[in-house]
Amino acid sequence: MKYRLNSLIHKQIFIPIAALLVLTLFNLIMDPSFFAITLGTNNVGKAVLTGNLITILDNASELVILAIGMTLVTSASGGQDISVGAGIAIAGSVMLRILCGPEGTADVVKAPVIVAFLACCVVSMLFGAFNGILVAYFKIQPMVATLILFTAGRSIAAWINENRLPVINDPTFAYYGNYIPGVVLPTPVFIAIICVAAIFLILKFTNMGLYSQAVGINPHSSRLNGIDPAVIKLITYVLLGLCVAVAGFIKVSRISSINYSVVAKDIEMDAILAVALGGNPLGGGKFNMAASILGAYVIQFLTTTLFKYNVDSTALPAYKAVVVIILVVLSAPVVREKINRSVKTLKSKKAVKEA
Amino acid sequence: MDKAKIKKGGLSDTNLLLLITIVVFFLMYALAVAFLGQGFLKPQTFFNILNENAALIILSCGMSLVMITGGIDISVGTLTALVCMSCAVLLDFKGGNVTTAVFLALGIGIAYGIVQGFLIAYLNIQPFIVSLAGLFFAKGMTTIVNATQFNVENEEFKALKAIRVYVPGMGSINKKGIYVPAYVEPGVIIALVVVILLFVILKWTKLGRGFYAIGGNQQSASMLGINVKRTKFCAYLMCSVLAGIGGFVYFMHVGSGSPSHAAGAEMNAIASSIIGGTMLTGGVGNIVGTFFGVLSLSTIKNIVSSMGLDESWWTNITVAAMICVFLLVQSLVLRRKAKLNKK
Repeated sequence: MKYRLNSLIHKQIFIPIAALLVLTLFNLIMDPSFFAITLGTNNVGKAVLTGNLITILDNASELVILAIGMTLVTSASGGQDISVGAGIAIAGSVMLRILCGPEGTADVVKAPVIVAFLACCVVSMLFGAFNGILVAYFKIQPMVATLILFTAGRSIAAWINENRLPVINDPTFAYYGNYIPGVVLPTPVFIAIICVAAIFLILKFTNMGLYSQAVGINPHSSRLNGIDPAVIKLITYVLLGLCVAVAGFIKVSRISSINYSVVAKDIEMDAILAVALGGNPLGGGKFNMAASILGAYVIQFLTTTLFKYNVDSTALPAYKAVVVIILVVLSAPVVREKINRSVKTLKSKKAVKEA
Repeated sequence: MDKAKIKKGGLSDTNLLLLITIVVFFLMYALAVAFLGQGFLKPQTFFNILNENAALIILSCGMSLVMITGGIDISVGTLTALVCMSCAVLLDFKGGNVTTAVFLALGIGIAYGIVQGFLIAYLNIQPFIVSLAGLFFAKGMTTIVNATQFNVENEEFKALKAIRVYVPGMGSINKKGIYVPAYVEPGVIIALVVVILLFVILKWTKLGRGFYAIGGNQQSASMLGINVKRTKFCAYLMCSVLAGIGGFVYFMHVGSGSPSHAAGAEMNAIASSIIGGTMLTGGVGNIVGTFFGVLSLSTIKNIVSSMGLDESWWTNITVAAMICVFLLVQSLVLRRKAKLNKK
């Protein structure tokens, strides 16, 4: 038992699990009703499950999907993509442009949603490829390369719709970001589950995970082993583009509209945080996908908990920062080593005394 | 040793990138004069660019320092907002005077620098995550201090804000035929002092050379006897203190406190440093280049807005295009140089 606990503590996934446990305990002690799930009615009058846990699962969906792509990018290129928020604005804008047509409003969608979705996937993957080419072939540091789209992205999104705010009044479009009639769980939860399942299948049945870790750990030696680092890096950025498209789709479907300067603001920071909370080294190399995904849920759990205690949404970042600092300090190798050492000396002192 | 030096050619990476930056800035300014008329020839136009960007120059200098050591500090923008808001509240609601406000700004910078520097240098946590938490913290604290924007009414501060330093020998004749001397705000003088001071520190002090050394290769730096942890700590401390100073300069320029002040300044600072030839991988960079980087960035913004493309998205798109071009040029130049060196 002791041995097992020890080995768990040294596992990477321990950090997000511990954070999750701490948050759960905190809520259990403060107010157990936090975890209550009730069957209520939503604003359309359909029966749906409501409760904080459902809110967490629902709102974390975009973050989980982005964390998947961000983990791969971090692993292969040793840097982070800071343009995902702007990318979501572009993807959403493309989507609405196709569904609304040039008028800017639509009572019935002007094209099948699947067509618009595919188009926004293609556009997002192209932007991902743009980032990827800068990183892989021009060898520009990822944060700097993606700074370009970070700066221009929201402007491009506004330009695609000629700076109008398109609105879709068709209720069927809102299904993807809210509830499908007759289903008691919000749709984004299912979309996130599909994405998580897809990435685990990809990691299990292809060499993607192995290759991106190899490239991240040492590009030269992976090159000598017949892997082209540039191609692998490019693929991870294109995959992140796909994730951005899905997240953008959910985002616009939630409100059936878009606000270029506000949509998915600062989500890139949260996505990177999810990767870091998962204990993945931000300098590239080995990664643990499950830990990243858990990290994303931890962030949303924290946000929802803070909201429950009436923390103002603008003041939220300060509390988040304190929690993040505590978590990263506790998970820092230097600190862990010190704790381990002091525990060991305590134990040996005890042993000496007993003897 | 000597042979290797001759082979390498006269220019180091730092100087080559600096040269490109300066040449591009002058070219761009010349183009602005040629196509957009004589307005850009007036000394005051140039000084206005300085007035508006004094704070950004200071922030970018700090950013360059940590980028030279191979790190990053993305908290400087929101830290500026926090300093502005704290000083504004101190002056208007808490009955403070300008001197205490200056000390408050410096104090916030120092406190931030000590915490961030300690976490990054001594606990070995990734700088991006630490400064990301710093960014969040400052953002939240700003609204906790005061959630709404307001103008400072303190008379002493208003007098300070109204100070103009006239530049001798520079000036222009306005439409009425009256000679108007060109002026700069006190913040510009502070910014220039910071630039000169950091230039000297980076070039001729042990600490400054240590920044380059640990940015180039930490292990060999520590083998050379450089205290890597302390040097890193100093870099982050200096960056945050500069953000405190920059925050006060920004405060002097705008004269108000608002949670949305200096939004995105950290990205502008990073962009300016990159345009100025500092590389995020560390070991390469120059404060003078950063100075010209800020000027280039704001010149292009001025050009875009005076071309009548007033939609705000065009500014962002041009700035992004400019960063893109600079990055490509840097990448190509360095690659070509590496090839030449191999031969």
